[in-house]
Amino acid sequence: MTKNEGLMTGGEGLGMSPALFRLCSVLCLLSSVLCHEAAAVQPDEVLKDPALEGRARALSRELRCMVCQNQSIDDSEAPLARDLRILVRERLTAGDSDPQVVDFLVARYGEFVLLKPRFEWQTAVLWFTPAAALLAGAIAIVAAIRRRRTAPQTVAPLSPEEEQTLAKMIEPK
Amino acid sequence: MNAEIGHYALVLAFALALIQSVVPLIGARKRDASLMAVAEPVALVQFGFVALSFAMLMSCYVGSDFSVSNVFENSHSATPLIYKFTSTWGNHEGSMLLWVSILTLFGALVATFANNIPRSLKATVLSVQAWIAGIFHLFILTTSNPFRRLSPAPFEGQDLNPVLQDIGLAIHPPLLYLGYVGFSIAFSFAIAALIEGRIDAAWARWTRPWMLAAWMCLTVGIAMGSYWAYYELGWGGWWFWDPVENASFMPWLAGTALLHSAVVMEKREALKIWTILLSILTFSLSLIGTFLVRSGVLTSVHAFASDPARGFFILCILVLFIGGGLGLFAWRAPLLRQGGLFAPVSREGALVFNNLMLTAACATVFVGTLYPLALEALTGEKISVGAPFFNSTFGPLFASLLVAVPFGPLLAWKRGDLPGVAQRLAGAFLVALIALAATFVFEGQPLLAPFGVGVALFVITGAITDLVERTGLLRTPLATVARRAAGLPRSAWGTAFAHMGLGITLLGIVGETQWGAERIVSMNPGDKVSIRNYDITFDRTANRTGPNYSELAATFTVRRHGETIGVMEPSKRNFAARQTSKSESALMARGVSQLYLTIGDVNPDGSVAVRLYYKPLVLMIWLGAVVMFIGGGLSLSDRRLRVGAPRRARAGAPAMVPAE
Repeated sequence: MTKNEGLMTGGEGLGMSPALFRLCSVLCLLSSVLCHEAAAVQPDEVLKDPALEGRARALSRELRCMVCQNQSIDDSEAPLARDLRILVRERLTAGDSDPQVVDFLVARYGEFVLLKPRFEWQTAVLWFTPAAALLAGAIAIVAAIRRRRTAPQTVAPLSPEEEQTLAKMIEPK
Repeated sequence: MNAEIGHYALVLAFALALIQSVVPLIGARKRDASLMAVAEPVALVQFGFVALSFAMLMSCYVGSDFSVSNVFENSHSATPLIYKFTSTWGNHEGSMLLWVSILTLFGALVATFANNIPRSLKATVLSVQAWIAGIFHLFILTTSNPFRRLSPAPFEGQDLNPVLQDIGLAIHPPLLYLGYVGFSIAFSFAIAALIEGRIDAAWARWTRPWMLAAWMCLTVGIAMGSYWAYYELGWGGWWFWDPVENASFMPWLAGTALLHSAVVMEKREALKIWTILLSILTFSLSLIGTFLVRSGVLTSVHAFASDPARGFFILCILVLFIGGGLGLFAWRAPLLRQGGLFAPVSREGALVFNNLMLTAACATVFVGTLYPLALEALTGEKISVGAPFFNSTFGPLFASLLVAVPFGPLLAWKRGDLPGVAQRLAGAFLVALIALAATFVFEGQPLLAPFGVGVALFVITGAITDLVERTGLLRTPLATVARRAAGLPRSAWGTAFAHMGLGITLLGIVGETQWGAERIVSMNPGDKVSIRNYDITFDRTANRTGPNYSELAATFTVRRHGETIGVMEPSKRNFAARQTSKSESALMARGVSQLYLTIGDVNPDGSVAVRLYYKPLVLMIWLGAVVMFIGGGLSLSDRRLRVGAPRRARAGAPAMVPAE
């Protein structure tokens, strides 16, 4: 049995005119983050073909609901997210590959729609951070070890009284 | 009257903070005992006034005094009593007041219990605490006053945001703030050490209990928040890499690194400068976290500017404390001397690796969270950085750290024997390998799952191996084992439990993300849906009314192999005061797994949209955090860490403990 099974109530027929779409977007913006009018993925959105639906779900998780705060369209309850989910499914049903669907959405909504930004010059810093942080840390550690090995110990030892106080403080009897 | 008393108490607390931030510091510089002695009583009284102020705000909420603007905006006369209490901090102003309450509470605790530290250090620490408290009092008084009155007073309030009307609000923010603010003690100790210009192993011993307590609260605070989001938001997610979550996660990562580096400092006098720097960074991240959430900068760069006074004040605080702290560090740290040499392969080396990975992971989360804001501010370009980015960058970093976790506690100080440790971990490795193979055979792909299970079991059995090795289980008579176990330092138990908790959480994450099942269907009463051998029948819907909402509840009967095992009742609530609705999910625990059910709107034909999930092992995610908390508690109860514990003569001969 497949993981997703649902009823189709004419999901393919929900293509909207651009004007209607714009109106919807405005309404979404008005309702802003508190989009509780509908639940995320609705039964009528689910595609019959489980493989296609699986791809749609995977894609949805990588796409941002633009009127919500950091939610993917898969999670979001906003009407705009529903429109995008249906759009993704339409493109997939029409035979688009995953990258084609993503390109289509980026062309329409900009890079903002991607939850995982593409590697470009302006996201280079973002993508290099983990490696750079590791490398910088490793270099700092190696440098510290080298310095410690070569530097003579010039610290003045504690006076006997100080040693005693310290020992007392560290070793509570 | 109450609001005015609260307001005035806060002004008095601010005045006391000013005294406390100057007088003891001068005393410490001049070695004047009477000036230093000002610190303790003032810290206690300051806490008293802040607590009074907080209690007054709470009384306004409980008494539904809508003439107070803050109460009007966030409460309603029909709100259940428990939420009247909790809505005190369910808003910006109130939560800042909770923040300073906890801050001054920690100050009062230091004043009362930190009696084994030098006078001048204690006085300086309390002064630094008062700097933080003072600036926050001022912030609240000038930009976020919760006691502002409305005239004329409205008859009814606007009610608390329905999402916040949950027991989660009672627990999550206070725990989180205990964690955030707890790290202020480490910060104050670090600044004091830099001012004094001297630092030694004892410093780590004095500060570690505070770090541990803060870390414990932050751990369960984050876990609690995650569980709250899981059952409250209605789509079964438990971690979203949302900036608000990241804001609490970054101090946790840095704080975890700090706990470990402080161990090296305490035992071996090494990593002193690094520990000081980490103390400053951890609290800086706590401050950034507080403000990321509070300033509205996250929703948009423009939201930040919409309240210029607040935004500007926030920036000033960040610059002052982070910039000031790091500046002081750059100036004074060269005066501090390093001690304790060690070989790369040693307990110290392992802890340095831990710090490297945690810091890199923290940097990744930091840049990922703030990069979109920075890019938009600089170029106007809008990008999103969400869960897929963090999973593919933070994931590998943390996974490689986890593989190394079992090695750390088994390595000896100064110079470790890696092949020897590997040999002792052979059993754990074997268990992990068998689990990996079994998972692969029975569950197959995705390939991530078997490796996740393997790593998780390696971490868990590795922690157990450490205990087995230390007590000599399987090698020595049971009586000896029992004696050794009793004599084992509590911190050793703490380490083992905390590490085990990590493995348990990982197991839960793997189960939930890799093996979960989901059904999204439209159902009419009488319909049946099946998921993983559970048959769920939709019986009926009923309209009900609660204290401040009306709801449509649906009843489902759950059967397994034809046998009824329970009823689940998800509902859809409408809150009249705010004109919003909210979905209430129904959960049914099966061992550590859960069935999760939510309903959507009723369709015109009478059918209901139903979302049903089976979430295998999901409870282990939070169970792991609880085990980590217990580990922290065990470590905290270790004899040598007990703050101000009376020095008792040891009864009888100490139990035999294998040398570390």
